[in-house]
Amino acid sequence: MENLIGLLVLVPLLGAGVLLCGGRRLDRSGPWVGTGLAAVSFVLGVWLFADMLGRKGDNRALDVTVFSWVPVGGFRADVGFHLDQLSMTFVLLITGVGSLIHLYSVGYMAHDERPRRFFGYLNLFLAAMLLLVLADNYLLLYAGWEGVGLASYLLIGFWQHKPSAATAAKKAFLVNRVGDMGLSIAIMVMFTTFGTFSFAPVLAHADQAGEGKLTAIGLLLLLGACGKSAQVPLQSWLGDAMEGPTPVSALIHAATMVTAGVYLITRSSAIFNGAPDAQTAVVTVGAVTLLFGAIVGCAKDDIKKALAGSTMSQIGYMILAAGLGPVGYVFAIMHLVTHGFFKAGLFLGAGSVMHGMNDEVDMRRYGGLRSYMPVTFWTFGLGYLAIIGFPGLSGFFSKDKIIEAAFAKGGTEGWILGAAALLGAAITAYYMTRVMLLTFFGEKRWQPTVSDSGSAAEDGNLPHPHESPKTMTIPMILLAVGSVFAGGLFSINSAFLKWLEPVTGHAEGHSPVGAGQVTAATMVVLVIGAAVAWQQYGRSPVPVTAPRGTLLTRAARRDLLQDDFNHVVLVRGGEHLTRSLVYVDHKLVDGVVNGTAASVGGLSGRMRRLQNGFARSYAVSMFGGAAVLIAATLLMRAV
Amino acid sequence: MTSLLTVTAAVPALGAVATAAVPAARRTAAKWLALAFSLATLGLAGVQLAQFDPHAAGPFQLTESHAWIKDFGVRYELGVDGIAVVLIALTAVLVPFVVLAGWHDADPLETHSKRWRPTQGFFALILMVEAMVVIAFEATDVFLFYIFFEAMLIPMYFLIGGFGDRAGERTEEEAAAQRSYAAVKFLLYNLAGGLIMLAAVVGLYAVTAHQLGTGTFSLQEILQARAAGRLHFATVTERALFLGFFFAFAVKAPLWPVHTWLPNAMTESTAPVAVLITAVVDKVGTFAMLRFCLQLFPEASKWATPVILVLSLISILYGALLAVGQRDIKRLIAYASISHFGFIILGIFAMTTQGQGGATLYMVNHGISTAALMLIAGFLISRRGSRLIADYGGVQKVAPVLAGTFLVAGLATLSLPGLAPFVSEFLVLVGTFSRHPVIGGVATLGIVLAALYVLVLYQRTMTGPVREPVRGMPDLRVRELAVVAPLIALLLFLGVYPKPLTRMIDPAVAHTMAQVDRTDPKPPVQANDVEAAK
Repeated sequence: MENLIGLLVLVPLLGAGVLLCGGRRLDRSGPWVGTGLAAVSFVLGVWLFADMLGRKGDNRALDVTVFSWVPVGGFRADVGFHLDQLSMTFVLLITGVGSLIHLYSVGYMAHDERPRRFFGYLNLFLAAMLLLVLADNYLLLYAGWEGVGLASYLLIGFWQHKPSAATAAKKAFLVNRVGDMGLSIAIMVMFTTFGTFSFAPVLAHADQAGEGKLTAIGLLLLLGACGKSAQVPLQSWLGDAMEGPTPVSALIHAATMVTAGVYLITRSSAIFNGAPDAQTAVVTVGAVTLLFGAIVGCAKDDIKKALAGSTMSQIGYMILAAGLGPVGYVFAIMHLVTHGFFKAGLFLGAGSVMHGMNDEVDMRRYGGLRSYMPVTFWTFGLGYLAIIGFPGLSGFFSKDKIIEAAFAKGGTEGWILGAAALLGAAITAYYMTRVMLLTFFGEKRWQPTVSDSGSAAEDGNLPHPHESPKTMTIPMILLAVGSVFAGGLFSINSAFLKWLEPVTGHAEGHSPVGAGQVTAATMVVLVIGAAVAWQQYGRSPVPVTAPRGTLLTRAARRDLLQDDFNHVVLVRGGEHLTRSLVYVDHKLVDGVVNGTAASVGGLSGRMRRLQNGFARSYAVSMFGGAAVLIAATLLMRAV
Repeated sequence: MTSLLTVTAAVPALGAVATAAVPAARRTAAKWLALAFSLATLGLAGVQLAQFDPHAAGPFQLTESHAWIKDFGVRYELGVDGIAVVLIALTAVLVPFVVLAGWHDADPLETHSKRWRPTQGFFALILMVEAMVVIAFEATDVFLFYIFFEAMLIPMYFLIGGFGDRAGERTEEEAAAQRSYAAVKFLLYNLAGGLIMLAAVVGLYAVTAHQLGTGTFSLQEILQARAAGRLHFATVTERALFLGFFFAFAVKAPLWPVHTWLPNAMTESTAPVAVLITAVVDKVGTFAMLRFCLQLFPEASKWATPVILVLSLISILYGALLAVGQRDIKRLIAYASISHFGFIILGIFAMTTQGQGGATLYMVNHGISTAALMLIAGFLISRRGSRLIADYGGVQKVAPVLAGTFLVAGLATLSLPGLAPFVSEFLVLVGTFSRHPVIGGVATLGIVLAALYVLVLYQRTMTGPVREPVRGMPDLRVRELAVVAPLIALLLFLGVYPKPLTRMIDPAVAHTMAQVDRTDPKPPVQANDVEAAK
């Protein structure tokens, strides 16, 4: 059984190798090879899952060390895997949703020049993501962590000929690297504190390290999580990442990779449990981001960017829950899984809409699409109901629990966090209703598309929306099924809680407000949010060009000016710094060293002479040098 | 074979003579001859690796020792430890690729006469450099080392000054002037370092002659005498001698602020020669810090550590920031190398097992990754005749294999896990961090800056719409692929399985640490027991 774990990572990695190095022979079969291998890893995952269910709760983890990776002195990093309930959950999510999105891509990328490479990158992503969640030590996790960053970079920039895509890819990698710096320093602190960075010994001895060390490690891990999971202040890359093909947005930038931060914090629960200050930082980041993302999501007219804002916000919920400690870990992961279903479904729906609308992304140019794309409409609609937390659907169960847990934090803090989570729920209902109304309802606001050559066609280029092919609709239907039922299934008899509890631990909080009250309040804010959106976008006609909007709207369209801040401070500042350093290096450092040499030995004169007819005078100099050398040694003989 | 080390150095030297002797008209034969000799050297380096036993007692193996200049106690003493044997292997691996990559770099122009000979000279000089580098790695006699440390400047000088890119925009005279400026600068910097070192070498002899009765340059003898208490450096003397040695090695490595010769030399020379400079010759400098500075002058090394760590840190950040600001592809890679040399020196003077082991591994990995990046950049430049980043754009569309391999080499340069440099960079950082948390933490900024200069370079040259001059650019040819593919395979292999190298390096590092009398800091929490118990 243990060997299957290694195989699970190896299969998609092999796929990546074959597809990327395989050459043009694989151009036609490539998509199906990639999809097939993703499916194989899903089957392996299910097999391991069945095996795990056959064992009792505390005895479910599997460990396997494949080989010793970096052994230097006391520093030991192994390629070893640890499969427990937490990683199993991720394995099923990654390979399951991953396989569906591979299948979807077969249709979506059918007209692309080089789908082979696309599927190679997707397989590479699967392998790296599986490595991330299966690693049994932080350094191997880091390898997977950077590996998914690479896959994300390659896929965001898949259409490299578009400068905007290339820029977005670079930005994503760089911002992530800032986070990665945090993770790598965290590993260094672990090594100096514990002499190891394997999960088992570090987490078992975390309580002996002292709160100061744990707080430091916790904050550094949080920095890593912020980068990968697009949390404030490292969130700016996610919106731009929508430059990638839509299946990528669904898989990497919604369902799986961006949730890696939540995994990291939950996996390191023993560290955070011992560092209350770090936990406060985590919940603050979560609460701020869930509002930040939601506000940005309200203002975007680009359907994918609106959904990206939503992703940020929903991951904010997960981070918030993870920061609450044992009260929240299970619900963080539960929301992560349900979010994986409905957000992937929503993105695939958005892709389907774009597919039918000549790649138009501006929702103000959609409208009335429900009768043209019925399957897309219904699956997107179910995802919509799930994300806003409509009673009975997946999001209802998982988000409700997080809001409850936030209140259960207790004290003023609990009230603030709970209120933020409730407010977030209201805004979620607002922006998602807006997306829904702008896209599928109202009148048609379709516009002729601008062709690649840049000339707007007079008439013939009006989009002809149509339903997408089967390869695309089947994954959408399956994800919609998950969006509807997953939350309910998980909650029957607290099944999900019992499943994860042996790994993450669980504590019931003492909420000042009852569960029923929280649910009622959530329903109220949900209705308010949806009603406001309906008032604005359902009852009155929507202008095709966006109105100027309030100051807040304008700021939100620009990601609340965070990008402008980055641009002025980091980009401009950095440019000035490097430019002045180039000058300093040339004039000052070089000049001073050369000058010193010149004044000491009159070298500059000799330098000039050497340059003219250099070979001969050089030979003379060498003779001179040799003479000095011999003279010196002879002198030494006398000493 | 008792004279294996001598033979390993002699083969490329013979090759140089043989290549130079090939008649002017038979250029291609000379190239093949050079390639054959470099491959023979590779084979000998392989034999060295096979015969080397990492667990054997004593610091040096495969030793040879003959009296040479009896009057001054100079001996012809060779021997390798795990660090040297690995670096000799690196040299022997890289030189065939350098030869292959430079196959047409010294071809005569149409204006040249039939009797033009520099083609032969180019390859002969490359082999000459290889021979001298190999013997410098092998020498355990300080004077013998010094001779070759200096002598390798001569062939390098001619390689830099005599051969350059066939750059499109510049006239041949302009290019020649730039080249000779770079070559002279290279020479003067390194000669200055060498002269100061010579004084220190002489000083070392004076001390041993004074205290031991007979002067000696033998590293083994000096170490044994010091261990037995027969030799003792006065504090001031030791520090002065240390500085003399260190200065020469810091110029060669190069360390900020004596680095400015490197960008000129690497930019003006052809890409294969640039690889020879940064991946092979410069490694002698960092290697010598480990072997001579630390082992001969342990107390002075510890005394100088704080300053050297700060200089290394400056090198890391300064080199990376300057790389970001470059407009010339080769200059960018040169500054990136300065940043990487900062990491290597940081690791050496962190005085931990991870730091020094990581630094040694870093020398190997940096050699391979920079060779890959620089050679592919050279292939790119040879297609367009320009080194300016702004002259490219959209290359991935017309030459996807070239762009793809360039990206992989770039990712290695920014230390992506899975590729070799990650392992060594992380070891250096963790080794530094465990003794100097602030310096280790700040040095980690280097990984963000590396991502910046690599990805900006890739974006500007390879992505975007296809620029007019790039259209119709051919993808990698078979010869070029034969250079690139093995290097990338090595980067992947050593990234996943560095153990064959760490196994060699570890005992040598332990020996060095013992000479400096340093042990790794102990973690406050003993968490590893549980793992052992499991």
